[in-house]
Amino acid sequence: MENYYQKEIETASQEQIREWQNERLVKTVHHVWENNEFYRKRMQEKGVTPEDIKSVDDLYKLPFTTKDDLREQYPYGLLSKPLDECVRIQSTSGTTGRRVVAFYTQHDIDLWDDCCARAIVAAGGTKDDVCHVSYGYGLFTGGPGLNGGSHKVGCLTLPMSSGNTERQIQFMTDLGSTILCCTPSYAAYLAESIIEKGLRDKIKLKAGIFGAEAWTEEMRQDIQDKLGIKAYDIYGLTEISGPGVSFECSEQTGMHINEDHFIAEIIDPNTGEVLPEGAKGELVFTSITKEAFPLLRYRTRDICILSRKPCSCGRTHVKMTKPLGRSDDMLIVKGVNVFPSQIEMVLLQKGLTSNYQIIVDREKTTDSIEVKVEMTPALFHDTMTTLEAKEQEITDALKSVLGIYAKISIVEPKSIVRSEGKAVRVIDKRNLYKNN
Amino acid sequence: MTISQLSIFAENKPGTIYEITRTIADAGVDIRALSVADTQDFGILRLIVSDIEKARQALNEDNCVVSVTQVIGVAVPDKPGGLADVLKILKDAEINVEYVYAFITISGKNACVVLRVGDNEKAIKILNDAGVTLLSEDFIKQL
Repeated sequence: MENYYQKEIETASQEQIREWQNERLVKTVHHVWENNEFYRKRMQEKGVTPEDIKSVDDLYKLPFTTKDDLREQYPYGLLSKPLDECVRIQSTSGTTGRRVVAFYTQHDIDLWDDCCARAIVAAGGTKDDVCHVSYGYGLFTGGPGLNGGSHKVGCLTLPMSSGNTERQIQFMTDLGSTILCCTPSYAAYLAESIIEKGLRDKIKLKAGIFGAEAWTEEMRQDIQDKLGIKAYDIYGLTEISGPGVSFECSEQTGMHINEDHFIAEIIDPNTGEVLPEGAKGELVFTSITKEAFPLLRYRTRDICILSRKPCSCGRTHVKMTKPLGRSDDMLIVKGVNVFPSQIEMVLLQKGLTSNYQIIVDREKTTDSIEVKVEMTPALFHDTMTTLEAKEQEITDALKSVLGIYAKISIVEPKSIVRSEGKAVRVIDKRNLYKNN
Repeated sequence: MTISQLSIFAENKPGTIYEITRTIADAGVDIRALSVADTQDFGILRLIVSDIEKARQALNEDNCVVSVTQVIGVAVPDKPGGLADVLKILKDAEINVEYVYAFITISGKNACVVLRVGDNEKAIKILNDAGVTLLSEDFIKQL
């Protein structure tokens, strides 16, 4: 028997969903037009007024919003409610000067929690469960999102946050955690640690909700086998709200998008043209119930396919595939967003050339990032101590910008492979998108 | 009086030192002394050669990163304690030795030692005062 957190919404007819979307889109467009100068200007530039938007059919008339817009408008430019009505800020993983902050009213938090609650119930969660949240808590949305959802479902919530694997496993065994929420790579790491300690029989996990980074079907199978659980994918972005924008059901064949809150489109990333259902393209979201930080046609840069094929779980909301790639060069390493341009900036600041190569790998379950950079006469020195100090300086600078450790490897000049005169910037050995 | 040393960046992979020495050989330059410092990932090859300009040019053309460092060459009596006596002079003057390597010439009773110190000028004065024989560029060329 399939359980739902909000059955009437989750199994509503296509017509009903469309009706909600039409009404809420119109309301949202009026809301941002009246309360947000940035959107009003953008719409005026496109020659669109709120009166032109009568239904989802008119969505294509609205301007896109990009991550660059969010950065440029930092911190308050995209806020559509007075600050005194906001109760929370979250921020994307990332870096100095390139942060994106999102604001929430209490209403926004409630709806976000509902979305996460739907994901937990879809994974078999009830008020009898012990929900072990090992996503990071703080500015990152993973912890707060699943924590809120878990409360809504009525689970006993363990706000573990990330790290300290010993303690994670101890609580898991002592308090009988039944649902694990974390990144898939951390789940795989926990699974190995549990097996190494011979505690496989002591854990009571039945399900896992794993997101915030790409993972393969093989990895799902591996985690499921090792922990004896069912592993569910969850998708979201801080800009849109956080985890729970879409989530997997028992069928495990894609993630249902919460269409009563978010309208999804697939576009051609080069032309911006809207593509028909079933086409592969860039996923674009318009949030239609948010007050503080609604986004019009936000370009996620994730490449996906949408499907409205009926689902055996009974949910009627459109399903998206796992992201099949990116339409920009962003990498997700250890759950942290990394742009090659950030690395390039550090290298140039430190007197190195832009001949570099980023190699991302996954040893067992842990992501690693290595930056190969070519030696230059300016960097070179005849004593090892000076060279090592310089290397350390670059490592430290990268750590402070990226937020994660990256190994620096200095290589001979002109040894980084160039294709058609251009260096191959990124080699991702993880093959995260290979199944798709 | 200092002598010029070539320092060459070498990635830690098979064949690197071969290729560097081959390039120098093809340029018709003799290697007088050699030392290698290495970490897990890369090394620094330090050479005293018969014709530093020729060697540098050939290595540059071969895309090597090369720098020229002024080091001190001293002639040390080829007997027990020969090198220790010289190093004691530097120690007493609190001059830090970054690295040191030696080479033996076919003729003569002396071993030649290359010293890379923190302060060349000070070291030269002190070694001169102590009567240590310093090697000149000309001496290296004639070896």
